[in-house]
Amino acid sequence: MFGYYFHLAVRSLGRNRVLTALMVLALGLGIGACITTLTVLKLLSGDPIPQKSARLFHPEVDPLPAQGYVPGQSKPPWGGLMPYADAMNLLHAGKAERQAVMALTQAKVEPRQLGQKPFFSDGVMTTAAFFQMFDAPFKYGSGWSEGDGESRARVAVIADFLNDKLYAGRNSVGETIRINDHDYRIVGVLKPWSPQPRFYAVGLGGHSYGNGDAVYLPLQSARADGMDPQNVSCWEAADIKHLETSPCVFVYVWVELADAADAGAYETFLSNYAQQQIATGRFHRPEVALPDVMRFMRDAQVVPDDVRLQAGLAFGFLLICVVNTVGLLLAKCLRRSREIGVRRALGATRRTIFAQFMVESALIGLAGGVLGLVFAELGLWAIRHQPAQYAALARLDLAMFAFTFVVAVLASLLAGVLPAWRACMLTPAPQLKAS
Amino acid sequence: MDIRPIFAALRKHRIPAGLIVLEIALACAVLCNAVFMIGQRIGEMHVPNAIDEAGIVDITVQGTDPKLAAADVPRNLAALREIPGVTAVAAVNIVPLSQSGWNSNVATGPGELLKKNTPNVAQYLFSRGGPEALGMRLLRGRFFDDAEYADSQLGVSYLPGGHVALVTQSLAERLWPGQSALGKQAWIGDDNHYTVVGVVADILRPDRNGEGAAGFHWAIFLPLSPASVLNTYIVRSNPGDRGRVLRDGIRKLEALSPNAVVKGQTFTEVRDKFFADTRSMVGMLALVCVVMLAVTAFGIVGLTSFWVGQRRRQIGIRRALGATRGHIMRYFQTENFLLTAAGVLLGMALAFGINVYLMQHYELQRMPMYYLPAGAIALWLLGQLAVIGPARRAAAVPPVVATRSG
Repeated sequence: MFGYYFHLAVRSLGRNRVLTALMVLALGLGIGACITTLTVLKLLSGDPIPQKSARLFHPEVDPLPAQGYVPGQSKPPWGGLMPYADAMNLLHAGKAERQAVMALTQAKVEPRQLGQKPFFSDGVMTTAAFFQMFDAPFKYGSGWSEGDGESRARVAVIADFLNDKLYAGRNSVGETIRINDHDYRIVGVLKPWSPQPRFYAVGLGGHSYGNGDAVYLPLQSARADGMDPQNVSCWEAADIKHLETSPCVFVYVWVELADAADAGAYETFLSNYAQQQIATGRFHRPEVALPDVMRFMRDAQVVPDDVRLQAGLAFGFLLICVVNTVGLLLAKCLRRSREIGVRRALGATRRTIFAQFMVESALIGLAGGVLGLVFAELGLWAIRHQPAQYAALARLDLAMFAFTFVVAVLASLLAGVLPAWRACMLTPAPQLKAS
Repeated sequence: MDIRPIFAALRKHRIPAGLIVLEIALACAVLCNAVFMIGQRIGEMHVPNAIDEAGIVDITVQGTDPKLAAADVPRNLAALREIPGVTAVAAVNIVPLSQSGWNSNVATGPGELLKKNTPNVAQYLFSRGGPEALGMRLLRGRFFDDAEYADSQLGVSYLPGGHVALVTQSLAERLWPGQSALGKQAWIGDDNHYTVVGVVADILRPDRNGEGAAGFHWAIFLPLSPASVLNTYIVRSNPGDRGRVLRDGIRKLEALSPNAVVKGQTFTEVRDKFFADTRSMVGMLALVCVVMLAVTAFGIVGLTSFWVGQRRRQIGIRRALGATRGHIMRYFQTENFLLTAAGVLLGMALAFGINVYLMQHYELQRMPMYYLPAGAIALWLLGQLAVIGPARRAAAVPPVVATRSG
């Protein structure tokens, strides 16, 4: 039976080629716009570390003075940047399964080969647990120990792409690398690793998307060598050369809990910590926060408003295209009243007519989906040529590919319901009489 | 023309008529908001920036030994000054629209920083010759003198030790509304304050830093003797020379600091980079508007064509009874006008609603009311244009059709 409807639908669509083309084109444009913007939205709001994003938390405290404090309304400022002292206190308290402190620096890397120019890349200044906490996989060697950081050892972990660039991909563990005019010994080389976005440092500076950070250094060692964090905020005039003891924030703390359910306990610990600091006179505001990865990214507004607006606009456009298709399908079905009358008179049931028209709509939907896919690829190609950081990542994945057809067929079936309903409700007699 | 028969006909085709109305309403709502957003973005890209945008290039030298800056900076400046065609050079800490911030909250008195809602201000530091190199425009007061540059050393909190400052007109108005800013004290922290000696035409900051459109012009300028933070060189020349000046400048500075990373660009490139996202958003909005209008127009054409096809007999009868081609044309045009009118009425309400929603959820301003009638007129025109073709075909129906059956 379906085969017969299919045959009828193809014939009917073939009879009004221009109209069919118009419907498919409109639907294709709407779907293309939707899939393009949705792909970007999905890319930007995706989970960068799905295996443990629910167990990674970002403790935040409020170190600001009492002036201007409004109880209950103040929130930890600067997106959760923390003073060095508090970050170290939390690190040493060791209340979580793992914890690490981090800041970003601009790392000048000097290749040893003659004639190669030095270049800057993003460097992460962090503490030992960083690699295990974020599941950063090692190709050669390993990370450093807490002791290396405490003793300001000049050790470094480098990214795969930097190892390729400087050491042609061979095992470079044990070699020295010159970073910001200091020699560091390489203890580990990472496999390609670049969470998108680089959630752990969103708000610390540098690039949130791309091939990831190039070098990883112990925080204390890098600071001792005079490397400055990229993002510093101070609430009083401060000695920038001694950030660790100044009224400034420049590090993030991330903690990994054994279970997402432990968040409550850790937040209580954090709250108590803030109260303690208030008792000693360092803090004046008790508010703390403990967002997990996804919440943290929402707070940091990782997805630009423009991307949401574009997605909204694309759906508005698709809606217009669907309404347009409803109108055209309806016009078409009204014109075929006589054919319907004949079919009904020859014994076709209402259900049959309805099914026949729905098959026709679905066919338009499928064609629109294919065209939409073409438009989406075109749109994504255009986005890849935009200057945005994430641009290069905008690609259609398999899920989106499938979703395109779901949207297309749903949209066309939705568009087809009303015309099909009108068609099957026609009474055959008057249609026959007219001819 | 009597419109009653049109209503009678539309009543018989409620659903197709309703669909046209709905489509026009949606198109009107999206159009108004999209055009409004396009206007906003284009406005953003054209906010004034009183520097010599066409004539300056900036070259950044990073990764040098900060201890040697006191000697390096004058040496580099001298080298750049020698390039033929260069009219002025200076070393600065940040460049307008460069997206790397250097900001402070500025107050009008001590102890007010945290108490009052003080503006967050971009803090430009520059060496002698800064105003000339940037091409700043003085509105009141004066620029700095040589002694003021020489006496100003960078303190531990990265604030200059000098005591004079220039402010933009917008910042002057924000800090001391209705008063002259000259001679007033601008406080950064409780220990550093600067006497305003001049007010300059508005210059943009490196980024908005969360201060929105109003704060885009809040900037303070402080003189500084050569220091490591002044790692960007502004080189000014005739616009025609700047490509060569940029290449020469980069080559010279690379030769002088072989271990450093030297990067340069024209200010036009800086501006293009800053507004790249805005520009692509404008492009996307414009594209959607055009395509949407085209789809709507084709929808009207398609639906009206079928209508005409369906009513061939009635049209023939009317023609046989004495209606002219003009009558038939006008019939369809009026019908379209009425449908569009209903559509835009609904659409204007929808457009207003969407704008209110966007204002609540995004940083969007209220849409001026004139966008609504403007959108309505646009769709009316679109509808009339779309209906011409089908209406002509209707008018071409010969009266003899009335005598045929079917």
